Amino acid sequence: MIAWPLYLSLFGALAMTLVRRPDSPLPRRLALGISLAGLAAILVAVIRQPPGAEPVTLLRWDWIPSLGASIHLAADGLSATLVLLTAVASVAGVLFSWNVRERPREFFALYLLLIGAMHGVFLSWDLLLFFVFYELAIVPKYLLIAFWGSTRREYAAMKLALYSFLSSAAVLAGIVVLAAGNVPRSLDLSLLAQFPVADRVQAWAFPLLFAGFAVLAGLWPFHTWAPTGHVAAPTAASMLLAGVIMKLGAYGCLRIALPLMPEGARDWRFVFGVLSVIGILWGALVALRQRDFKFVIGYSSVSHMGFVLLGLAAATPLALSGAVLQMVSHGVIAGLLFGVVGRMVYDRTHTRDLNELPNFRLDRTLPGATWIFILAGFASMGLPGFSGFIAEVHVLLGTWPVSGRFVALAGVGILLGVAYTLRTIHQAFFAGDGIPADRMPPPLAPLTLPEKLGAALLIASTLALGLYPRVLLDWIQPVLAGPHFVGLRRSLGL
Amino acid sequence: MNGPLHLDLLTQLLPEAVLVVTALIVLLLDVRAFRGESIAVRMSRAAWGSILGLVAALGVLRLEIASGDGPAATFLLQGPTQFLKGLVLLMALATVVFAIPGRFTRHVGEFFALVLLATTGLLLLAGTENLLMLFVSLELVGLSLYALTAFHDRRPESTEAALKYFLIGGVAAALTLFGMSLLYGLTGSLQLAVIGTRLAANPVSPLAWAAMVLVVAGLGFKIAVAPFHLWAPDAYQGAPTPAAALIATGSKVVGFLLLVRVVHIGFGSAAAGSAGALPWRPGWLPVLAILAAVSMLVGNLTALRQSDLRRLLAYSAVAQAGYGVLGVLDPAPESRAAVLYFAVTYALAVLGAFGVVALLESAGIEPTLDGVTGLAHRSPLVAGCLGIFVLSLAGIPPLAGFFGKFFVLLHAVDRGAALDRIWLVALALGTSAIGFYYYLQILKRSLIRPESGVAPALPLPLPVSPLNRAVLVMLAAGVLALGVAPKLLLEPLGASAAPPVTAAAP
Repeated sequence: MIAWPLYLSLFGALAMTLVRRPDSPLPRRLALGISLAGLAAILVAVIRQPPGAEPVTLLRWDWIPSLGASIHLAADGLSATLVLLTAVASVAGVLFSWNVRERPREFFALYLLLIGAMHGVFLSWDLLLFFVFYELAIVPKYLLIAFWGSTRREYAAMKLALYSFLSSAAVLAGIVVLAAGNVPRSLDLSLLAQFPVADRVQAWAFPLLFAGFAVLAGLWPFHTWAPTGHVAAPTAASMLLAGVIMKLGAYGCLRIALPLMPEGARDWRFVFGVLSVIGILWGALVALRQRDFKFVIGYSSVSHMGFVLLGLAAATPLALSGAVLQMVSHGVIAGLLFGVVGRMVYDRTHTRDLNELPNFRLDRTLPGATWIFILAGFASMGLPGFSGFIAEVHVLLGTWPVSGRFVALAGVGILLGVAYTLRTIHQAFFAGDGIPADRMPPPLAPLTLPEKLGAALLIASTLALGLYPRVLLDWIQPVLAGPHFVGLRRSLGL
Repeated sequence: MNGPLHLDLLTQLLPEAVLVVTALIVLLLDVRAFRGESIAVRMSRAAWGSILGLVAALGVLRLEIASGDGPAATFLLQGPTQFLKGLVLLMALATVVFAIPGRFTRHVGEFFALVLLATTGLLLLAGTENLLMLFVSLELVGLSLYALTAFHDRRPESTEAALKYFLIGGVAAALTLFGMSLLYGLTGSLQLAVIGTRLAANPVSPLAWAAMVLVVAGLGFKIAVAPFHLWAPDAYQGAPTPAAALIATGSKVVGFLLLVRVVHIGFGSAAAGSAGALPWRPGWLPVLAILAAVSMLVGNLTALRQSDLRRLLAYSAVAQAGYGVLGVLDPAPESRAAVLYFAVTYALAVLGAFGVVALLESAGIEPTLDGVTGLAHRSPLVAGCLGIFVLSLAGIPPLAGFFGKFFVLLHAVDRGAALDRIWLVALALGTSAIGFYYYLQILKRSLIRPESGVAPALPLPLPVSPLNRAVLVMLAAGVLALGVAPKLLLEPLGASAAPPVTAAAP
């Protein structure tokens, strides 16, 4: 049943094209129904059978026998974790785009196609199939931004698409190496992990593969697509971009690059560790200086994804589990932050300028959004009790044996995170305190039910994960200790 | 050859014979019976005649030939060859359908007769390993295509393009012929297989290398790799669109078949040389590697600056030819299926794109990037098909273009045996990002809502005949289906399954 969200989304995207009246509320209802059904399916599936270390094959068809490629879907704890994240984000995304008026049928068709592609990436157990889904996501996200976006949307959409395409070109080069040189003549991920390519090949092919994936996760200095893309995207798309698509890259590093080229991972951990730490600090510092509300969140995503990348670069089991937790945590929190900025604030005030927002006295005119953003901000800062805390602690503890300096610098990044978050909360919601009572702005439309539901879902998720991380850790850690990562543990001498 | 053999030949070459007869009938009927009719009526009657002929040729094309290859490999009749002939016939069929609404010539009968003759030449070319037969059919195809290029009555560029095509083609043919004569002198045989074994017996002599370079250059003209590509943009733009479609598809597929056959069978792996790490050795491999690299760069960079769709397709064709040549670098027999898969799926997508161009032209719209603007609002179906073709050309999975590119890239490094050629893969992937940009421009334009000022007042919606629509949808479905299930094409083209996995403890 874990694969149902994938089937449902792809089916939904197809079904959407059959909707006859494109302007009716039917498309959004259908999208919500599909997303909810997907979420229900994954929940039922993991409750009935908790995912473990071994991948459970869900579907297997011969595909291209001459290459040893098959249409092979399988799920272990990692896949299940990320499918769950995607399902949550997809429901929230539909709720936050309930007010899309322009061509909703096409919007939701592309939206579901994007969701389906992401589920597909997380469930593929075949290298080629993985890449097919990975690249399938590029076109819908380009179109979503170019046609439904805001600020400089065409530029941002093209930049995003070209970055994605170039980074996946690097990935494809790595995949060609893996597919061409492999001994068992199969693209099955388990077999590829069992028979890694020669060490001297890994030494130059690993950075191609890892960096190619990591660009999509916002690796400094290739991160600039992320803020511009997030800002220009329509709300649901930026929720997905920051929430899930950046995780596709991180997941690629974790599932493909590290276990399939373990020797390369060991040789390059320091380089990528440095880049990740720079990303953490750089993203935070730039976020501190932004005037555009959405850009703050965009750069904070770069900073937070830096923790994911740091965990991946360190590659100890503890750091890796922290990276996965941070993927989920940031997926939920970034979705929430973008939801507040894009849907709740921008759709009502039509400005995201932090110098103009005080005039709206959002703490009075939009108290609901204020509360939600404060909660989300706390979660984003890494306050204990929210998911960000537990994830970052895992990453830092896991990185400690590799390099104390990385940990110290990343700690500075956390402090900077507190600073820009508090600054933004103040500037966006409370800085209008000095405005005299007789010049109060007109009240804004109150939060709608879909907005409240979406926010509640995401807040509940981050709290649940923060208070009881065991649920996910019990899925994640056995995988990291399992057969898929044997080669990695061996090469790191663990 | 004696009597019974001739009868054999006739049965084996029945499709070609049917085409020639049809060409003559179409020519005669148009000159005699339909003389007084309007051009529209003559176009559609001649086209239907040609369609009947092509379908008949498909009907008599047998995939399984019991009697084996023809006399002394003059005519090859194994499964993959016959299958490919079928595909070429289908492409010609689509070309003819696209021609129906066109109003570019008064010489209707001649046009379709030439299309049929060019197709005949392509079929003959696809089925031979004999240098003499090969050259004669090459010329049949070439002369028909030069004439077809000049067929546009009202475009002066048409004649200019044809002249350019003809002159460059003539030089290329001369080079090929000279190279072939050298090969014959060196080996004393016209059979590619024999040439291959005799060349392999000795190290590559300077004369042999010259012969290889000459022959490869001539074939490079056929598939329009840089620097032998200069005719392509003019021909694509000047020729009547259906003729351009035939040049870009059927002729291209057979060109690739020929390249693979001549290089792999005629020159063989012994004469490969090296294109990666030092020491450098002469052979066909470095020649092809350089052609591929130059084509990918020149094609993609030049296509970036085009606003006319046909020129854009021409330069992108140069780039795609570069990708295709990468697959030829692997001398193993499996690479042939990969190269042909690439060529066929590429041709399907380009054929569709030309179909859309022809539709735009017959609706009076200039086929430029501006002309495509708002296509989705004029005809969602046509725009959807165009989107699929363009994305397939850009290499976005799950469309066939992606797998084609993936397969040839895999063979560019010899399935892992020559990882030092990874620079070619890197170049291909890097330049395909440029390609992605301009293909995406077409897609984006077609989806934009037409605003006043951007696009002139246009008929809304775009008129599309049911037949035309059916062909476009079938091509799009083909591109999608061959991507989702590449097996459908790979296996008939001769790809064998990977050896079974023997999972042992490492």
